[in-house]
Amino acid sequence: MKKVKADPKGVLTGVHYLDGDFAIAEGALAAGCRFFGGYPITPSTETAERFSARIPKVGGVFIQMEDELGSIAALIGAVWGGVKAMTVTSGPGFSLMQENIGLACMMETPLVIANVQRGGPSTGLPTLAGQQDIMQARWGSHGDYEVIALAPDSPQECFDLTIEAFNLAEIYRVPTFIMTDECVGHMHEKVVIPPAEEIEVVERKWYAGPKEEYLPYKLDKDGIPFMIKAGDGYRFHTTGLTHDERGYPVINAECQDWCVRHLCDKIRKNADKIIRLEEDEIDTAEVVVLSYGITSRVATRAVQKARQEGIKVGTLRLITVWPFPEKRIRELASLVGSFVVPEINYGQIVYEVERCAAGQAKVIHVPHCGGWVHNPDDIYNAIKEAVK
Amino acid sequence: MKAEDRLEERNPIEDLLRMDRIPHIWCPGCGIGTVVTSFAEALKKTQIDLDKVAVVSGIGCTGRVAGYIKLDSFHTTHGRAVPFATGLKLANPELKVIVFSGDGDLAGIGGNHLIHAARRNMDLVVICVNNFNYAMTGGQVAATTPIEANASTAPYGNFEYPFNLPFLMDAAGATYVARWTALHLRRVTMSIMDALQRPGFSFIEVITPCVTLYARRNRLGDGLNLLRYYYDNSEIQHGADTRNLDISYQGKLIVGKFVEKEKPTFLDAMNQHLSRVLGDDYQLYGRINYDRD
Repeated sequence: MKKVKADPKGVLTGVHYLDGDFAIAEGALAAGCRFFGGYPITPSTETAERFSARIPKVGGVFIQMEDELGSIAALIGAVWGGVKAMTVTSGPGFSLMQENIGLACMMETPLVIANVQRGGPSTGLPTLAGQQDIMQARWGSHGDYEVIALAPDSPQECFDLTIEAFNLAEIYRVPTFIMTDECVGHMHEKVVIPPAEEIEVVERKWYAGPKEEYLPYKLDKDGIPFMIKAGDGYRFHTTGLTHDERGYPVINAECQDWCVRHLCDKIRKNADKIIRLEEDEIDTAEVVVLSYGITSRVATRAVQKARQEGIKVGTLRLITVWPFPEKRIRELASLVGSFVVPEINYGQIVYEVERCAAGQAKVIHVPHCGGWVHNPDDIYNAIKEAVK
Repeated sequence: MKAEDRLEERNPIEDLLRMDRIPHIWCPGCGIGTVVTSFAEALKKTQIDLDKVAVVSGIGCTGRVAGYIKLDSFHTTHGRAVPFATGLKLANPELKVIVFSGDGDLAGIGGNHLIHAARRNMDLVVICVNNFNYAMTGGQVAATTPIEANASTAPYGNFEYPFNLPFLMDAAGATYVARWTALHLRRVTMSIMDALQRPGFSFIEVITPCVTLYARRNRLGDGLNLLRYYYDNSEIQHGADTRNLDISYQGKLIVGKFVEKEKPTFLDAMNQHLSRVLGDDYQLYGRINYDRD
């Protein structure tokens, strides 16, 4: 993995007062993203607006595509043209992108999609928060594959995690999602953008060997193939079909096994390196509140209240939602009495927690169908129930 | 004697084909290979830098072209070849990007992208092989199937109005529009050469025989019979009013070069406009096709 300093052209160093959507655009520019293909959708549009205003002065392309199917397809094309690329969307647009998210996985195309989640299903609550696309991020496209998804809980983290998303996308050659929500997207807070030389950016894993020996999907020692771009004389082929090392379609079970196993293993086997969690007072906890994104900030109030009453509450915040921290949850399940899982949906991550807890710890879900954040008392009551 | 030494059996365009993927999947009598040959001829005659040519296909019989052409080539998803090519071109403006796909892929499922790429005058060459049906999946009715023609999902004959593709492309803003049949090999080659050598959105429709499905279902005979139909019924009308180019079942086929005009491409328009508005703050992008004041 080759790390370089960020290109100062894209870095707006300073202390800013930004909303999460803007911070995502700034994070992308700092990470070296020079192509944005997007389609307007509430509550994500501000990212596209910010990018469209900034990119002409940085050097790159903003194009408003005709729909989200076009946006994601253009992104994949742009990445194979040699640039870093991103788009932003919300639930309905994310649904439309799913088929080509599969193509990006299959072609091992590094790119970043931010999903500023709103309440669904369907048109749902365009202007109000939800966390209902978490499972869609994991399973939305057909077939077996793995992705990386990060969940920022503040505008600052929108900036920081967008850079990280680009870096992870390049390291593992995988679509990486920023799964934020309307609250964080529209929340204005202080965002500190450091000087370019303090921002580490992962370069694409460019192939540098003899041209005639290049195979687009030959795995390197770290299990990730080298990448090239169109126009460099390799005359290579890539396809959404099940393919071999050459990138040629091979339609049989053996090749499918090689191809799909690799797409999953490159993330599963590196899960420990990818996963980032934030834990607090977990060693002594009898109950752990597990949350992500905006809900973790709401949960803080409930946790404080419970701690004041002497209840031993730990918190675990998923900064990385996918891959899911299976190992850590299994460990904790044998150490703590219960998990309280608030999320702005009717049950998504809680099923992962239940799966990993495997009956060793009680799992209490605190659902919310979207439209606003939880009342902290609902989470507090669940904590009380957990220790009853 | 090794196969490659038998000169008389070598394919004249094998340097442009992935010979390790031959034989191809196309049926005997199919017209797609003919269009590929024309494309290869056009590449050779224009002496374009082949390292800077990329081919993008969608899904379907023609969607397989990207897999056989020995250039940078992308076999994408159904309907999305045009936006994929858009991203590729914009990311790497020195490329000449050719979208090679079928009528169902481009004008059916991908229709929205097609009209918007034409509207933007995106610098792409779109070669649309029109065989009047969805062939890969078994001869279903398409947005191009002539009225009365039989298809596997129009077993009593088609009653939907088909697209007149040159008219659609003209109306959407394409700056080069031509239509030929698989019989007009040299004309197809010349149109592709035109398109390769000009900036902007070029659309070339090539009507081709689908012997296995369209012809069989409609009892039109084999490939030769269809070429005979093209021969007897094609009429070259360069510059024809694109409104009058509807295709009726086994009816007259008006072919030719209908549109050829100049207009800034997407990237030229972007560079010109943003330079004017932002002045020196603007970072010019990609190859510049005009003089900056």
